[in-house]
Amino acid sequence: MRNAVKEVVSGFYSLIVGMRVTIGQFFKPIVTVQYPHETLKIAPRFRGHIELVLDPATGKPKCFACKLCERACPSDCITVEGAKLEGAKKRSVTAYHLDFTKCSLCGSCVEACRDGAIRFSRDYNLAGWSKEDFIMDLFKRLELEAQAASPEKVDGRAVPGLIAAQDAAHQDKTKTDLK
Amino acid sequence: MTTQETIVSNLADVPRSNGGGVETFVLNVGPQHPATHGVLRVKMTMDGEYVLRAEPVCGYIHRMHEKMGENRTYAQFLPNTSRIDYLSAMTYTHAWAGVVERAAKIQPPPRAEYVRVITSELNRISSHLVWWGAFLLDLGGFTPLLYAFDDREMILDLLERITGARLTYCYYRIGGLYNDVDEEFIEGTRKFVHHMRPRLKMYRELVTENIIFRKRLIDIGPISQEMCRKYGATGPVIRGSGIPYDVRKAEPYSAYPEFDFEIPHFREGDSMARYLVRMEEMAQSLRIIEQALDKLPSGPVMAEKVPRVLKLPAGDYCYAVEAARGRFMVRIVSDNKEIAYRAKLRTPCLSNLSLFEEASQGMLLPDALALMGSLDLVIPDIDR
Amino acid sequence: MLKLLSTEPVRLLAFLVGIMAFVGLNAAYLVWVERKGAGRFQRRPGPTEVGYAGLLQPIADAIKLLSKQLIVPQGVDAALFRVAPLLMMAPALMSLAVIPFGPSLAARNINVGLLLIFALGSINVMAIMLGGWSSRNKYAIMSAARVVSQNVAYEIPTLLVVITMIMITGTMNLNEIVRQQAGAFWHWNVFRVWVNPLMPVTFLIFFICMLAETNRAPFDMAEAESELVAGAYTEYSSMGFGVFFMAEYANILLGCSLATVLFLGGWQSPFGILPGVLWFLIKMYFLVFAVVWVRWTFPRTQFYGLLNLSWKLLIPVSLFTLILSSAIMKLY
Ligand code: SF4
Ligand code: SF4
Repeated sequence: MRNAVKEVVSGFYSLIVGMRVTIGQFFKPIVTVQYPHETLKIAPRFRGHIELVLDPATGKPKCFACKLCERACPSDCITVEGAKLEGAKKRSVTAYHLDFTKCSLCGSCVEACRDGAIRFSRDYNLAGWSKEDFIMDLFKRLELEAQAASPEKVDGRAVPGLIAAQDAAHQDKTKTDLK
Repeated sequence: MTTQETIVSNLADVPRSNGGGVETFVLNVGPQHPATHGVLRVKMTMDGEYVLRAEPVCGYIHRMHEKMGENRTYAQFLPNTSRIDYLSAMTYTHAWAGVVERAAKIQPPPRAEYVRVITSELNRISSHLVWWGAFLLDLGGFTPLLYAFDDREMILDLLERITGARLTYCYYRIGGLYNDVDEEFIEGTRKFVHHMRPRLKMYRELVTENIIFRKRLIDIGPISQEMCRKYGATGPVIRGSGIPYDVRKAEPYSAYPEFDFEIPHFREGDSMARYLVRMEEMAQSLRIIEQALDKLPSGPVMAEKVPRVLKLPAGDYCYAVEAARGRFMVRIVSDNKEIAYRAKLRTPCLSNLSLFEEASQGMLLPDALALMGSLDLVIPDIDR
Repeated sequence: MLKLLSTEPVRLLAFLVGIMAFVGLNAAYLVWVERKGAGRFQRRPGPTEVGYAGLLQPIADAIKLLSKQLIVPQGVDAALFRVAPLLMMAPALMSLAVIPFGPSLAARNINVGLLLIFALGSINVMAIMLGGWSSRNKYAIMSAARVVSQNVAYEIPTLLVVITMIMITGTMNLNEIVRQQAGAFWHWNVFRVWVNPLMPVTFLIFFICMLAETNRAPFDMAEAESELVAGAYTEYSSMGFGVFFMAEYANILLGCSLATVLFLGGWQSPFGILPGVLWFLIKMYFLVFAVVWVRWTFPRTQFYGLLNLSWKLLIPVSLFTLILSSAIMKLY
């Protein structure tokens, strides 16, 4: 009998304690971020899909189509094509496709590339209507980006401003276009 | 007791079962059921609310990870390991990196080992937090989940800082780490440890001591030591049955021998014991993290001379780690090629699930689901 | 014209419309309160997108539910399946007719108001049972079976508590019960310990039973989403589900109103400022908030735990209070 009463009282007390905990939380500020209206800063090492890096010296992609990244990729999502342009010492990239549907964002490709010719982009608002939207032409993407940054200088002159713009875009993808 | 082999889709078709003369029916829990947290299907033969037989049906998320391990290089398989048990990706990667290092005789530098311990333990806490919330969800309490996720978010932020990913980290490399940790991570981790201790106290007040919660767990779903041995249960399940088996102590690996921590275990074997083991483990993990942060050596985080093309000498190699759910072991049979001849992944959840059928016999449905929750199943880990 | 307006049928009509609007609005906005409350308890904002602070969310939800197809699955008992949600809603609406919201604000001031409420209240469980049974779904049938035993178990302590109250107040007229609690707040039944020292406990039992009778967490055996998916409502779609959902809130409203009337002095104001109706609403909504608070704090009880609580604790204690108060009344 005595134990039963004790159990009821202590049980009831435990319920009161629980209610006190939740009401305490009730009056504390909220901790969630209202996503489309607010965004968080992207972590510095954020691993987005990969993108090509421009060479500041030439204004062209650093990549010289050595295909190391293609071989390192566990999911076979990279296809690089390159050609040796006249007058150039090294081969240069002519097409770089990423099949993002298969990519596991592991980063092996970035590590495999010895020249830092690819890096993780900071795109995360990736939505599309079809699977094909995610077979990305990174070479084209780079050109478009360059165009957007400085339309008059696409022909590949060394443009520090362009690289700065690209870097800025790289740093600042935290601000989304969503208001 | 005979069981229906076919799934009876409506009650009217269920024949009176022979034998005991009870009318049974088959209840399909899963693959889309709120309690199974994933695509696990449990075929339950029920007598009213009593479970006569619960037969787990797995394979809904089988992705052939073992086979994948046998057709890609050792480094290429590394990202896969994060996807087996996505809640404790760090520890799983650790096992794969560990087995390759052991075979290739690569010694990761001490700083790398320490950081591995820190991140593994952080990962263990975050995994237990998810379990805690999801378990409470099974029991009908919704709020704890959000509190747990609030804390887990801090861990994810910390890990994202150093790895760049929030869930499938792929942070360890054969021979070390992908990246070094920075001062901010260390500070942040210290802060987290200080933040987490009072939170654990709050969890205790809100849930562990709650009478409704206790009534639902104490003496529910006892799992005996024999059953654990029979099915090869590991992790909090076996520790909840009173066997202090923990790979971190039983087969010390990485930098674990250098830390002072305890293996919480409880003799009762009921759901409450398993619950308490995990809650206690979070506190122990905090202890390990604190020690590791204090003793963190400086130096490189990547072993020198990790060959680019890695061929393991022919042989048979094993490496086990204590993942959040129990013993995860990788076994590689190599025939001196770039690719493993056989990669065997011994995952804890499969063994832990297999005892469910025996343990849940004769239980009420909600109790059986509470038992299932206390086993902490991650379905991709079962099917892998 | 004025004469026509003050005739009995018109008055009744006005109250009918008033109660329906009150219940409809409340059911819709209690969902909002619940979601907002849940949000705050969980350190998140709750609905924010539709309207200011998500205030239009219930309307959006209603439109969504209304525009969905009402699926009547094959093989269900169509008539019962359709009538079940209505059976759950109607008693709650009818019972509110006798609740005195203010000194003269009651649709019907009848002498057996309390009896009427409990007579109608038992239909409730029938509705869920019929809904579950006619759905021809295993989860729903299990839920139906649970609901029946749960409600049988909890009706007893509720009625014992109510009998105690009737004995103390000597009437079943709700307005009269409120009138007796006039004066400062220690005249409210819940604090009248000199009548029966266990009065607060009685109130607590009533509150717990109300939670159980309305199938609210932690006694939501009927819905138990992690075990029975959605219990008796599993097969319901569109407004079939919507009406069940609204009826659940209407029942909470009724339960809290009744608790206010019986224990918290109804429309009696403790300080004398503000009109009585407002005081009634304040007290009632405080109880509603407590219901939400309880729901977002505790895990669900186990089924036998629930029955144990009723048979081993609530019924003996309520019986004891009944005997105690009759003894005290006899002695003084
Ligand atoms: S991140 Fe990994 S999967 Fe993706 S392209 Fe690079 S190597 Fe391939
Ligand atoms: S990105 Fe790097 S690794 Fe890949 S082809 Fe270009 S240079 Fe080679």
